[in-house]
Amino acid sequence: MTRKHRRLLIVLACGAGLSTATALALGAFRSTIVFFMTPADIAEQHPPVGRTIRLGGMVEAGSLRRTTEDGQPVATFKVTDGRDAIDVSYTGILPDLFREGQGVVAMGELRPDHVFVADEVLAKHDEKYMPKDVAEALKKRGYWRHGQESQPVDLSAAPTETSAR
Amino acid sequence: MDAGTLATTPRSGRGLHRFANPGRFLRLASRVQPFLTWPGLALLLIGLYAGLFIAPPDYQQHDAMRIMYVHVPAAILAETGYWALAAASLVSLVWRHPLADLAAKEIGPVGAGCALLCLASGSLWGKPMWGAWWVWDARLTSVLVLFFLYIGHILVIRAFDDPERGYRAAAILALIGAIDLPIIKYSVVWWNTLHQPASLTLTGSPTIAWPMLWPLLLCIVGASLCFGAVVTARLRAAVMERRIATLLRAQAEQAG
Repeated sequence: MTRKHRRLLIVLACGAGLSTATALALGAFRSTIVFFMTPADIAEQHPPVGRTIRLGGMVEAGSLRRTTEDGQPVATFKVTDGRDAIDVSYTGILPDLFREGQGVVAMGELRPDHVFVADEVLAKHDEKYMPKDVAEALKKRGYWRHGQESQPVDLSAAPTETSAR
Repeated sequence: MDAGTLATTPRSGRGLHRFANPGRFLRLASRVQPFLTWPGLALLLIGLYAGLFIAPPDYQQHDAMRIMYVHVPAAILAETGYWALAAASLVSLVWRHPLADLAAKEIGPVGAGCALLCLASGSLWGKPMWGAWWVWDARLTSVLVLFFLYIGHILVIRAFDDPERGYRAAAILALIGAIDLPIIKYSVVWWNTLHQPASLTLTGSPTIAWPMLWPLLLCIVGASLCFGAVVTARLRAAVMERRIATLLRAQAEQAG
């Protein structure tokens, strides 16, 4: 065995060891690496009342109510993952992308009456990009899936004649 | 092999070691250089112009989505650049190839620039769309780690009086850091994150409509060629610098 081969073997062995260690560590810390909990996670794990958590999911269509309290805008809506839903109340200005059927991540805590009081609401968007006319054509032709996702199922099914500018 | 042999070995070797001959490398690199620089600049400029002015705005993000034309190429090159850095480090560590040492040294700052551009443009995109400049989700955090790895490599490879020791230490750091690359790529798959999953994949069809997609592809190809052009130019300068240093040393020895 030449010295080159020995060096290559050492590097490969170190790489294998390091990858295994990293995979185990990431697996062990899985629950802390996730950015948010879904309503189903909360229903299963019952996080203690008053602990700050992030709740993520879709804003349920038709659940948004906007009111004003002491001159501050207050929004209440349901966040759903298709299985469970949680009522959320938020005082403040919502991000521009916030709308019903859109993904959202709220940071706050669960009250004893199971209402999630958010201090911060972030809008989550997906990986699909298209011009307005394509989106409208998709909606018209019924390729749009409402409820769990506000997005079209498959962009390759999109009508192409409207996409040219 | 040390710095002296690189600049003076006239023998032609076999395989990769042929390019350890600096004259041969310089001749090849100066021939390749214009084919990287000019098409790269042209494609990048056309892609950026088309992305910023011709592509239609997104149906929900409107014009903010145009940040993509800077953010996505920067992100791809930050990651690909680190793959190249790790490959150079492996060759440097195992085969002790002098050109690989120099390549690792010259890729580092260019890749770090791409990572910084990716983080900065992402932050500018995040504020209007998500509502936050920065969040500690798995994707953003792992890219920040990549930026710090680049910075660490830049510092380590220049930190030793004996450059050979710097190359060894920096190569080990670069290879250990390579574990971050699959984590960045799959962070949006393995964990739920605020960052959306990939729009461009090798296996599936892209989830970006064609009028928005083609400027992005031009930007990616153009920026990649420019990355190659900058690294090649830096590498040529580094080889010539070594050559001059060796010549001056030889002259001083003769005179003394």
